[in-house]
Amino acid sequence: MKKSLLLMALLPLAAHADDLRPLRDAPPAFQAECASCHVAFPPQLLAADDWRRVMRSLDKHYGDNASLDEKTRQLLEDFHVRNAGKASKVGAGKTAQAGEPPRLTRTEWFQREHRDVRQADWTHVKVKTPANCVACHTKAAEGSYREREIVMPDGRRWED
Amino acid sequence: MKTAIAVLFMLGMASAQAATPAELLAGYRTTAAQQSAGFQPSAQRGAEFYVRNFGVSAKMPACTNCHTDNPAQPGRHVVTDKSIKPLAPSANAERFSDPAKVEKWFKRNCTEVVGRECNAAEKADFIAYVTGGH
Repeated sequence: MKKSLLLMALLPLAAHADDLRPLRDAPPAFQAECASCHVAFPPQLLAADDWRRVMRSLDKHYGDNASLDEKTRQLLEDFHVRNAGKASKVGAGKTAQAGEPPRLTRTEWFQREHRDVRQADWTHVKVKTPANCVACHTKAAEGSYREREIVMPDGRRWED
Repeated sequence: MKTAIAVLFMLGMASAQAATPAELLAGYRTTAAQQSAGFQPSAQRGAEFYVRNFGVSAKMPACTNCHTDNPAQPGRHVVTDKSIKPLAPSANAERFSDPAKVEKWFKRNCTEVVGRECNAAEKADFIAYVTGGH
């Protein structure tokens, strides 16, 4: 009870991972194009301006050329911008450290949400990159990031 | 691009329609034969291409870096670690069934790994290999 009260007090402060659910307005291209090489990251994890920068530099996509035809690219940019996180929440705008194009793993929100993750987990052989959501968020491929679905790479359950 | 159009034309289909690996192979074979008379697809050449170290990309010098030595096995993206379904239609019936998707991935992966787009002959050999020559 005490814990839930505390949680309720904290909730308004942050976009909680439990809020991340599959979006109903996701076009089929979201999975087909974005989820070929990585999990289809929730659009809520970057602010609109940052998504525009990502979606306008797909030919230089973190070391890969992920170019799309213009129609698909625009469709996906619109979808991401429409569902983007608020800059005040995810910490964009201040994300000089987010890189170019910005990385959703370097926003203030992401860093805060993952502050208790041990270094040994980040460097675990099953993880490889902080963008490998499914390494711990077992339902990330389906767009779900509930805390109870987390299994750390060494097999232990996540406890706050 | 010319190849893509030719393939789509020969197969007489729009981009999202289904094809069989044999139909795709036949399309590339025809285009390749027009470019080089007497061309015959070779699973052996496809196999050599599949394991060749092109030395263009540091992380992805060969097909095998992500797709493993055996196209019938699931692979892993070397950068993101995302699992990749097998390339061989025998292990994954979705493969080589959508001409537009096949062209898209040949274009992307050839540019990345080979350093240029692949030609019709290379594509025909590749499909000959993954559909049976392994």
